[in-house]
Amino acid sequence: MKAITEGKKAERRLGLWLCAPAALVMVAVTAYPIIYSVWLSLQRYDLRFPAEREFVGLENYVTVLTNSYWWSAFGVTTLITVISVVIELVLGMALALVMHRTLVARGLIRTVALIPYGIVTVVAAFSWRYAWDDNTGYLAQLFAPDAAPLTQRASALGIIVLAEVWKTVPFMALLLMAGLALVPEDLLKAASMDGAGPWQRFTKVMLPVMKPAILVALLFRTLDAFRIFDNIFVLTSGAQQTGSVSMQTYNNLIRGLNLGIGSTMSVLIFIAVAAIAFLFVKVFGAAAPGNDGGKR
Amino acid sequence: MAEIVLDKVTKRYPDGALAVSDVDITIADGEFIILVGPSGCGKSTTLNMIAGLEDITDGELRIDGQRVNERAPKDRDIAMVFQSYALYPHMSVRENMAFPLRLAHVDKETINRKVEDAARILDLGQHLDRKPGNLSGGQRQRVAMGRAIVRDPKAFLMDEPLSNLDAKLRVQMRTSVAKLQRRLGTTTVYVTHDQTEAMTLGDRVVVMRGGLVQQIGSPQALYDQPVNLFVAGFIGSPSMNFLPATLADGQLNTPLGAVPLTDRIRRLAEAAKAPREVIVGLRPEHFEDAELLDDTERARGVTFTATVEVLESMGSDKFAYFLVEGETATSAELDTLAAETGSTEMTDSGPQIVTRLSAASAAHEGAELDVWFDPDKLHLFDPGDGRTLTHVK
Repeated sequence: MKAITEGKKAERRLGLWLCAPAALVMVAVTAYPIIYSVWLSLQRYDLRFPAEREFVGLENYVTVLTNSYWWSAFGVTTLITVISVVIELVLGMALALVMHRTLVARGLIRTVALIPYGIVTVVAAFSWRYAWDDNTGYLAQLFAPDAAPLTQRASALGIIVLAEVWKTVPFMALLLMAGLALVPEDLLKAASMDGAGPWQRFTKVMLPVMKPAILVALLFRTLDAFRIFDNIFVLTSGAQQTGSVSMQTYNNLIRGLNLGIGSTMSVLIFIAVAAIAFLFVKVFGAAAPGNDGGKR
Repeated sequence: MAEIVLDKVTKRYPDGALAVSDVDITIADGEFIILVGPSGCGKSTTLNMIAGLEDITDGELRIDGQRVNERAPKDRDIAMVFQSYALYPHMSVRENMAFPLRLAHVDKETINRKVEDAARILDLGQHLDRKPGNLSGGQRQRVAMGRAIVRDPKAFLMDEPLSNLDAKLRVQMRTSVAKLQRRLGTTTVYVTHDQTEAMTLGDRVVVMRGGLVQQIGSPQALYDQPVNLFVAGFIGSPSMNFLPATLADGQLNTPLGAVPLTDRIRRLAEAAKAPREVIVGLRPEHFEDAELLDDTERARGVTFTATVEVLESMGSDKFAYFLVEGETATSAELDTLAAETGSTEMTDSGPQIVTRLSAASAAHEGAELDVWFDPDKLHLFDPGDGRTLTHVK
């Protein structure tokens, strides 16, 4: 008995040692920057006036959270996130179903469908910009000649969402396709025998069985979408109040050289993203199928 | 309740492969019919065509006299039990069983009553609020049955419903399925690859092979009067022994020695225009340890002496395996049977014979034994096309 405990102890010690290098790397590249930006966010620290650096507590947070620009950016970010993720979910599901059901040229179709995701975001964003530009834009000419859609808030936001959706639908579809593979063929056959039509099979059998995969896909995409930066940077640079929170952070931290306010904004984004993740994991954990444990 | 008629039903896949060819079966109202055969014989495809899960390429399927080829599964009013049970993992047992009723817009009270009734019949009462993931295999199987019976459909289709259970539970569930079917009196089509299940459950059994119906009949008829080598070898456990033989001068020359033809067999063989070279089929249970028989009985049959190769004592009987000198019976039919049923009885050293002896037999491995058999029980087959030569009209 004692020998077993000794063996177990040694095994556990070995396990810790084997984890140590990875843990160290994680601390160096993740924990340290996070802690350091929290530390910076508690200081007045502007590189233009380095002499004025001092510890100010939560003053930066009060400044940011009472600022209407911040809240406008926050609203824009939330709007883009919600709309683009919803559209991506619907289109991604449709694409996943098509790819799942395709019998001929399966590999080719899947590869072609993934091309937008393979293109660097900035490159894709530039081609969207040319397409909608008021001089060169062939799409702008097509829909609204003489207009400059990228210079108006509503249309600019629409184009940002479009670029975002175009790029990430394949990713969504890929994640959802993994979920589709989890739905046993027999289950759908059983549902047809039980009297379910195609729509009922989809909503009453497929979707509930795929729920974990859908939630994971939504979690990934929401976290990603909330941090949107490159599309906006290329398309509008945040003009006409189209900037996201990440744009604001960039403007303050890199262009404004205000390390204190910039860090405060990154910490706030971090908190928002953590909150989204927490929400999803909570819902996700409570809704895993086959998990019956005392929730009724 | 319904009569189901398959009229020259054929399934051909787009790549040209013929899965089921010209199947003619008339299933009477309330009948329990079994489709049996080795894997790939077309039995599941046939079942899926009745269900509507596969299109029918040719022929007609009628339920209660109405052509249903073009009807969707949900409009055929038949329920199906799957080998995997196909229970909805996100629904409780109650919701699983209520699902078909909910889709049919049955009112809540009726749904509750029907589900409770089915649960009582299947002894699932205390599990109604559990999820399938927390049930044992046998319980899941019963939920699948429950989902089928709540609807009171015209027919049940069962696709190897007991294959995923362990041996003991399978035997238990077999009797419950038979009892349930008798109680409800619903037309049932049951697919299995297990000939024991086929023999014990069905009113009639359809033996299929390579997409073709080989024989349709009661279990006893299939056992007593197999129409060809395939059915003869497939029905019965252990399988029938096959030996090559020559018909000459009113007797059969076999590796077991000369066997006189009884009048009955001679007449049947003549009527069938038997060739000279034939295959003799002998069921293991038609052998006996000669020591255990009195003289008159011994004189009625044929006795040969051979060395017991392997002896399996079952308690109730003893299975004795012998190697016999001579050629192994060869026929294209037998080869496919061996390949399809995965039997490995093909030995190089001559044919092997399985006999089922009384438990009282003193046989033991390695010793010689006098073995008796009744020549009137033997079957003769044409090695060319495998048809029986001893068919009683």
